[in-house]
Amino acid sequence: MVGRKSLVKRLLTVDLPMLAILTFTLGPYLWMLLTSLTSEDRLFTEGPSLVGATIENYVRLFATVGFLTNLVHSFIIAAGTVVVGLTLSVTAAYSFSRFSFRGKRYLLLQFLIINMFPVVLLILPLFVMMRVLGILDTHLALIIANATVAIPFSVWMMTSYMNGIPRSLDEAAMTDGCSRLGALWRVVLPLCTPGIIATGIYIFITAWNEYLYALTLGGRNVRPITVAIQTLIGEYEVEWGLLTSGGIIGALPATILFLIVQKRLISGLTQGAVKG
Amino acid sequence: MLTMNEPMGRAALARKVLPYALLSPAVLVTLAIVFFPMIQAAWMSLHDYILWKPKDFTFVGLKNFATALGDEVFWISLKHTVIWIALTIPAQLLLGLATALLLNQEFPWRPLARALVIIPWALPSVVIALMWVWIYDANYGILNEFMLRLGLIKASVPWLADPDTALYAIILTLTWQGFPFFAVMILAGLQSIPKSYYEAASLDGASTLRQFWHITLPGISGVLITAVLLRTIWVANSIDVIFVMTGGGPGYATYTLPLYAFIKARTNLDFGYGSSLAVLFTLMLLGLVVVYLRRAGRGID
Repeated sequence: MVGRKSLVKRLLTVDLPMLAILTFTLGPYLWMLLTSLTSEDRLFTEGPSLVGATIENYVRLFATVGFLTNLVHSFIIAAGTVVVGLTLSVTAAYSFSRFSFRGKRYLLLQFLIINMFPVVLLILPLFVMMRVLGILDTHLALIIANATVAIPFSVWMMTSYMNGIPRSLDEAAMTDGCSRLGALWRVVLPLCTPGIIATGIYIFITAWNEYLYALTLGGRNVRPITVAIQTLIGEYEVEWGLLTSGGIIGALPATILFLIVQKRLISGLTQGAVKG
Repeated sequence: MLTMNEPMGRAALARKVLPYALLSPAVLVTLAIVFFPMIQAAWMSLHDYILWKPKDFTFVGLKNFATALGDEVFWISLKHTVIWIALTIPAQLLLGLATALLLNQEFPWRPLARALVIIPWALPSVVIALMWVWIYDANYGILNEFMLRLGLIKASVPWLADPDTALYAIILTLTWQGFPFFAVMILAGLQSIPKSYYEAASLDGASTLRQFWHITLPGISGVLITAVLLRTIWVANSIDVIFVMTGGGPGYATYTLPLYAFIKARTNLDFGYGSSLAVLFTLMLLGLVVVYLRRAGRGID
């Protein structure tokens, strides 16, 4: 009897409220999914429903709107940002995690402070700078812009992962004749691989989702998915079936990747508390 | 100046320089793509600089800042920024706290709930804006239908087109987007509180509420402060969701300061004035940033 009573209590105080919060959390997403599966002419007569579900909106998205090109642009930019962000921060993270030196605290904090500045403050001068350099509307421009977020983030995350690897391991490698960099390359990096992958995936997601830089510094030749979706909103104002299918496709890669790495990422994020 | 003639000199020097050498790629690149542009922004803010008149780059001192202080839209945007932070952050915090407390309980589908609850965090802001515009749609939006059926409203409300509701509609969207971050941070804080504290308190006969007040809250206060600081800075800075949902409209109803700076530069191409607005806004945030950095700095070493 006691067990049953506490089960009822648990259902009322934990399961039900949790379900309510999840409904609020997932409701808008599921509503978008449902809308995207409803054909355009039924949408306004009967509203979104699973009855007569169709993928015609998705077909149209790729056939007539040309969403595939936008996906490719997004992929190039996000992958490029991952490469730049990770390679530039590996040695920096190693330095922060293994040495103590003058100015360490300030150098570490300068990476933290970067993510605190308003995007507007950076976006205007970056635009001017890239116009002078003639790289506006290229993949490079957007990779550079996204790197402003990715590098500091990656330095912080990798430093915290490397801190978790005992120094005695690099010292052992060095007594066996490895140089400092050899120890980093052969011992520390392989052990950090899960952390590096999680960091890389998070950078990928952020760059994939990024919108303001893409709009300002790209937009004509280089049109990542986020800009394409926003243009859809302007062009196909009332065709919600098409619009929501664009939203689903645009959100899909990030959502899947996030669900895969969420556990490891969150432990890293909450330790470092780097970025929202 | 180097002590090359001493046999130990070179190795010692190398050991001293190595940490900086390892740091240099990341530091130099961030100097070039972050700190240099920021100085440039500050420099631009002291000039009359309209993008389509590139030859016209006249130094005007603090004129742009003076203009801002006399600019009605600046004050409207500032007011909205304050309202927007004052409502969004507490809403995110409370919802996040409730979620974290629930996720800290034992129930069979907890891992699933924990994974699903953070989905809004992973979505592109453009997609978030898109789906909420659809929810708020005046003619076919589900929110109107829902509220009409419940009898909460008598006629459809154009949530985003009505100056009285637009800002609050966006605040709800932002709350939805940001509360999972609080939930995750607070959950980590909750899990760091030793179980034995609660056991001892139960033995002493402390009620759940008293336990929450005397054990849970002090235990997560550090995380709460950090999360509120970070989130305030982030919410204050974020303009992408508003930009896509309303573009600042109707009228100036959803202008916030960074959005105003962005629109000034983007549509009027007034980079001088836009930069000065961005600089002003940054200075306002600086207090929070300093507090946050102090807290973060304690954790280093």
